[in-house]
Amino acid sequence: MSVQSTAEPRAAAREKVMCRSNVKLGFVVAIMVGIAAPFVVYPVFLMKVLCFGLFACAFNLLIGYAGLLSFGHAAFFGSAAYVTGHALKVWGLPPELGILLGTLTSILLGSAFGLVAIRRQGIYFAMITLALSQLIYFLALQLPFTHGEDGIQEIPRGYLFGVLDLRNTYAMYYTVLAIFIFGFGVVWRTVHSPFGHALRGIRDNEARAISLGYRAERFKLVVFVLSAGLSGLAGATKSLVFQLATLTDVTWQMSGEVVLMTLLGGDGYAYGSGGRSGSSACA
Amino acid sequence: MTTILGVPAQALSGQLLLGLINGSFYAMLSLGLSVIFGMLGIVNMVHGALYMVGAFTAWMMLTYLGISYWGALLIAPLVVGVLGMVIERVFLRYLYEVDHLYGLLLTFGLTLVLESMFRYNYGASGLPYPIPAALRGGNDLGFVYLPTYRGWVVAMSLAVCFGTWYLIERTRLGSYLRAATENAILVEAFGINVPRMIALTYGLGVALAGLAGVMAAPIYQVSPTMGSNLVIVVFAVVVIGGLGSIMGSIVTGICLGLLEGLTKVFYPAASNVAIFIAMAIVLIVKPAGLFGREP
Repeated sequence: MSVQSTAEPRAAAREKVMCRSNVKLGFVVAIMVGIAAPFVVYPVFLMKVLCFGLFACAFNLLIGYAGLLSFGHAAFFGSAAYVTGHALKVWGLPPELGILLGTLTSILLGSAFGLVAIRRQGIYFAMITLALSQLIYFLALQLPFTHGEDGIQEIPRGYLFGVLDLRNTYAMYYTVLAIFIFGFGVVWRTVHSPFGHALRGIRDNEARAISLGYRAERFKLVVFVLSAGLSGLAGATKSLVFQLATLTDVTWQMSGEVVLMTLLGGDGYAYGSGGRSGSSACA
Repeated sequence: MTTILGVPAQALSGQLLLGLINGSFYAMLSLGLSVIFGMLGIVNMVHGALYMVGAFTAWMMLTYLGISYWGALLIAPLVVGVLGMVIERVFLRYLYEVDHLYGLLLTFGLTLVLESMFRYNYGASGLPYPIPAALRGGNDLGFVYLPTYRGWVVAMSLAVCFGTWYLIERTRLGSYLRAATENAILVEAFGINVPRMIALTYGLGVALAGLAGVMAAPIYQVSPTMGSNLVIVVFAVVVIGGLGSIMGSIVTGICLGLLEGLTKVFYPAASNVAIFIAMAIVLIVKPAGLFGREP
């Protein structure tokens, strides 16, 4: 009995180490595949997969680790796409600043939404986010700079950092890949940080986490804003890739689709949602 | 010309009438949603798509079979109701034990399937459906011109709403239903077939959506996406009224229709968002909704 009880944690520890090295190997392989992929598969399709994969990862951070189902994430995705598009086309900003501006927009928007929405849970949370994102939808329909039904078209890709010509498909692809890896890294670090563990504790038993001294609302707000920002990053990148920002990006169907992408990948598993959203993206 | 608050009285009453008609549809649809949520605990995202199926059934019956509006008014809700019961038996009954969110996702998926099916076969543009001969024309009521068909819609939807309310709150069948929501096992022990009753409830709820679809067909055009934007507004109505509250959704539906009409008069650009702003405010101030009980 005593032998078993000492052997067990040791085996578990060994397994954990193995697991960690497997994960590392997995990452290396995945990045290699990502680098090689555009020579085999149509690059624009891959970029679409990566953009939606990042969107799904951001969403997964919220539902998988905080247990919050937002039904309004299209608002972040779409508004970032619009702002980036406008910044690049009308203001003539370089792409890196455009993406940054788009992401900042959704971070701000996410803070506003989050403050309202996180006070409620479950179905009410979903409904509030849905209502707020419909506000954004109608704004996008009516504000002059979004051009209503036409959307913002022919967004110039420009030169990244003034040197890299993004009109070249491969340059664009590797930029998107780098953005995806960055976004995925942020999600990964968040999930495996003490913050992420506290978040899971709150998800599983909020009352207990509060009694342990965690300020649950603050945690939820931070993760909501983070998720909104990453969704914005995905949206901004998308508008750069397709040179297009339209109403489709802000509809509630888009919010629903990201939920489906994430759940198909299995909620709570970052790699699952990232990878498998490709299947949804092509549909 | 008389003016009220600087707005011509004609425009005001006209928009209020329009709001009343929209409100009638909101009330009928949110009633079904509310009944379904109250009894089954399912957030029925597919409601809008079934409303669209109701309208399409009426259109198909007229086009392919030559069945008139009056026949469709009876048959289309039945078709939608049966479809709903099939959905309930095949999918939804496995979801009662799990979180509400899964029901929402399943019905969202069904919405996509139904809408795509109709879009594939009939295209995205609207198909016209004629107003039945008996209800053409209109009356000038002095302060506003009332087309007969729109008056019919308002009257009919009020009758249907209060009929449903009566059925659930005042009859024996309704009392069984309410008891089954409180404690299904106990009611089953009394010898009542609860699963069948739940299927019937779902069928009834979506049949209301089908009926609303038939009534909407002559006003709005019949198109695959006619339900998808409406359903979000209707959700807002249900949430404002209080999830599961029947009277709440009827009253809120009509009130919000009127609110929308009023915003169209005073600040047209905000008319689409008025309902969502109202919803956000209500949820912050009184999260259970205007007529709901605190969960």
